[in-house]
Amino acid sequence: MKKTLIALLLCAATLPAQAALDPAPVRQLAAEDSSAKVAAIRQLTQTADPDAVRVLKAMAEDSLFLAGDKVVIIDGEQAFDATSGEAIKMPANPESPTVNNRIRGELASALAALKLFDADVGVRLASAQKLQSQVTPEMAPLLARALEKESDAQIKALLTLAHAQANLANTDPAARLEAVKALAETSSPTIKSVLLPLTEKAGEPDDKVRYEAIAAVKAIDSRLAMAENVGRAFSGLSLGSILLLGALGLAITYGVMGIINMAHGELLMVGAYATYGMQSLFRAFAPDYIDWYLPAAIPVAFFAAALVGVVMERTVIRWLYGRTLETLLATWGLSLVLIQSARVLFGAQNVEVSNPSWMSGGIEVMPNLILPWNRIIIVGFAMFVLFLVWVLMNKTRLGMFVRAVTQNRAMAGCVGVPTARIDTMAFALGAGIAGLGGVALSQISNVGPDMGQGYIVDSFMVVVVGGVGQLAGAVWAALGLGIFSKLLEGWAGAVIAKISILVCIIIFIQKRPQGIFALKGRFVE
Amino acid sequence: MRKPLTLRILSALDTKSWIALGIFLALALLVVPVLHLNFPEDSAFHVSTYAITLIGKIMCYALVAVAMDLIWGYGGILSLGHGLFFALGGYAFGMYLMRQIGRDGSYGADLPDFMVFLDWKELPWFWLGSDSFGWASFLVLAVPAVVAFVFGYFAFRSRIKGVYFSIITQALTYAAMLLFFRNETGFGGNNGFTDFKRVLGYSITSPETRLVLFGLTAVMLAATLVFAAWLVKSKFGRVLTAIRDAESRVMFIGYNPLWYKLTIWVISAVLCGIAGALYVPQVGIINPSEMSPGNSIEIAIWVAVGGRGTLIGPIIGAFVVNLAKSWFTVSFPEYWLFFLGLLFIVVTLMLPQGLVGLWKKLMAKKEGAAA
Repeated sequence: MKKTLIALLLCAATLPAQAALDPAPVRQLAAEDSSAKVAAIRQLTQTADPDAVRVLKAMAEDSLFLAGDKVVIIDGEQAFDATSGEAIKMPANPESPTVNNRIRGELASALAALKLFDADVGVRLASAQKLQSQVTPEMAPLLARALEKESDAQIKALLTLAHAQANLANTDPAARLEAVKALAETSSPTIKSVLLPLTEKAGEPDDKVRYEAIAAVKAIDSRLAMAENVGRAFSGLSLGSILLLGALGLAITYGVMGIINMAHGELLMVGAYATYGMQSLFRAFAPDYIDWYLPAAIPVAFFAAALVGVVMERTVIRWLYGRTLETLLATWGLSLVLIQSARVLFGAQNVEVSNPSWMSGGIEVMPNLILPWNRIIIVGFAMFVLFLVWVLMNKTRLGMFVRAVTQNRAMAGCVGVPTARIDTMAFALGAGIAGLGGVALSQISNVGPDMGQGYIVDSFMVVVVGGVGQLAGAVWAALGLGIFSKLLEGWAGAVIAKISILVCIIIFIQKRPQGIFALKGRFVE
Repeated sequence: MRKPLTLRILSALDTKSWIALGIFLALALLVVPVLHLNFPEDSAFHVSTYAITLIGKIMCYALVAVAMDLIWGYGGILSLGHGLFFALGGYAFGMYLMRQIGRDGSYGADLPDFMVFLDWKELPWFWLGSDSFGWASFLVLAVPAVVAFVFGYFAFRSRIKGVYFSIITQALTYAAMLLFFRNETGFGGNNGFTDFKRVLGYSITSPETRLVLFGLTAVMLAATLVFAAWLVKSKFGRVLTAIRDAESRVMFIGYNPLWYKLTIWVISAVLCGIAGALYVPQVGIINPSEMSPGNSIEIAIWVAVGGRGTLIGPIIGAFVVNLAKSWFTVSFPEYWLFFLGLLFIVVTLMLPQGLVGLWKKLMAKKEGAAA
């Protein structure tokens, strides 16, 4: 492929209309001194001539030779004059010039820069993108020429930036000023570091340019800080979504039965291990559809966790009604048994659950703000589950019964609501939602026997802040706590953030002991 | 007319209990030291160092269990954060023990090793005075008391109770654990305090020091028992039990539950702190994992196993569970969590009154059969 390309270029070069290269730098390519070679390469690059591409490529491929005082390209059996591109007689004993690593690097960036003049838009775009991080002042004229020729808007924008970066070292203060102004529009940390030397007297003698640079750095800084905060808020949103999935189930079971299920975190774990199980099944039996394991895991995790929940409710919790504190202990015991069972079944080590290919990567909003797909999908998934739960609670008969039992168990029983069955159903539902939370959690954190423990305290806090048996409360509390804790983490560290949130919750409860959204009613206790 | 104090203390326990207590103290203060020091290691009568450390440790736990029973069994408030007060007492005394190491640490510096490791040049302000035994002892009482008072005042004032209170105490100890895990907090981070050498100038590993600590723990446990028995029989104890059973009614009669709850809460925390301070020199280490939520819940299960609302129950529970734990973790480590988990479930489902309740039931049956 490369050979044919060279051949094509050679053909073009042999056309009489094509002006030949300046022989002096071509000769210098074969000089003894590395610095001389580098200078020659740079000089040739400046011409932006297709012939220069041909010669530099030949040099990079070790087919450039020195025969006497002539520089020749030897391609297999044929020899060409490097300057003119004409075919010549095979020289007797050609000498190969040394091409060391420094020269190779120089050649590579020269060739990359010359790609800016490629006929293909894709190649030009790729080259322009690549250039952004390696602009040197010498490239300024080259970039200016490329900019002149360029018609594509996207590439033009990139080239303008690159040109401005190259121009920062221009001797003309006006050109520098222009460059700084152009760069002030960007929001990339690399450009900020390029501009930084100009904000000091040693780096920039001209006052006007310096002030402009200081303003530019400030502008970039504020945009960077904003992007960082947006990123934090977003990761808080995704943390809040996970908390929400954990807390929804807790809120339902606490509302209906007045008990706190300490094994709720382990139901998350059950969901996560169910996801792991589905991944293993798909790997073993349907490796071609491996990306589909996650959608398949959603119902599996829901029902696995719900089943565990039903067993828990029927065997233990049912017998402890009215003894809420003891239920706390019994469910803690259940959680220990579940953790140890997971250790025995799957080993004490974390298991590996990988993101499906469609969840990797992310949307680059700004150079330092990338929203990963897995987190976006988790937020969407949580919203979807929330919607389903809302429909279930507000639009179905089961939901009506659940709400009735939450408000007044005795009265609901009197009018014929099967309260015992509703308890089981509500508990299974809460457990199933926790299982869904486990699916989501498996995509962003480790899956191991202890994973549920880390989220349980936070989920409880959500329920405490949000109020009992209130979906709206759980939603606001989960998202609020998630975002608040991530923002706090940003400038105070994770531990201080956790502690200050706890203090805030205790203060908050002073004001509103029933949470944000208290049930209205005439309860004594 | 009020009886004199000595009489009131005497009447806290019945004659049988006083005799039992006397036997217990005689065992701990006379028999164990004699057996430990005077018999060679291969003798059948020898009490090994391992046994002394283990029993000493469990007596500290029993002290915590009694403290927990005061608040849970008599006050109806389930704390899932008592491990915090235990650890605070332990850390307060641990600071003193760290300073007692002196220049014998592995860096041979004046500062404790972990501070040298962090490249700190001087002691942080809260270590001030930690080389004094008196100040350390004061901290052992004061730190848990202050933390418990501040937290309890705000929690009880806004009438947080039931599972809400339990969960918030759990969050409290969890947050404290995270705080103590940080190296910058100044309490040795992950590793906590260890490698103690001396206490009050005596070598901490010598048999005599061990026996003194062991005896001190036994005396403390006995004294706590008498104090608790007196407390729950006093008027204060009666009101407390009434609050447990019907808080609203007690309020309507004209008592303010806040001060009753707060008092028993602070007393309970201070007892835990004392237990922690006795625990650290015997076990030789204190680290933030003592504050993990799991540890605090385990305290509740000791009380539940023994029988809450009785004073001997928690002690029995602490011994039964912890002896089982040390047997399991040696013989069947992977089954310990299963056992503990099932213990939680079985006790709450089938033995709501614990072992003491079971015993009483069996005795009642026997008497019923005899009559």
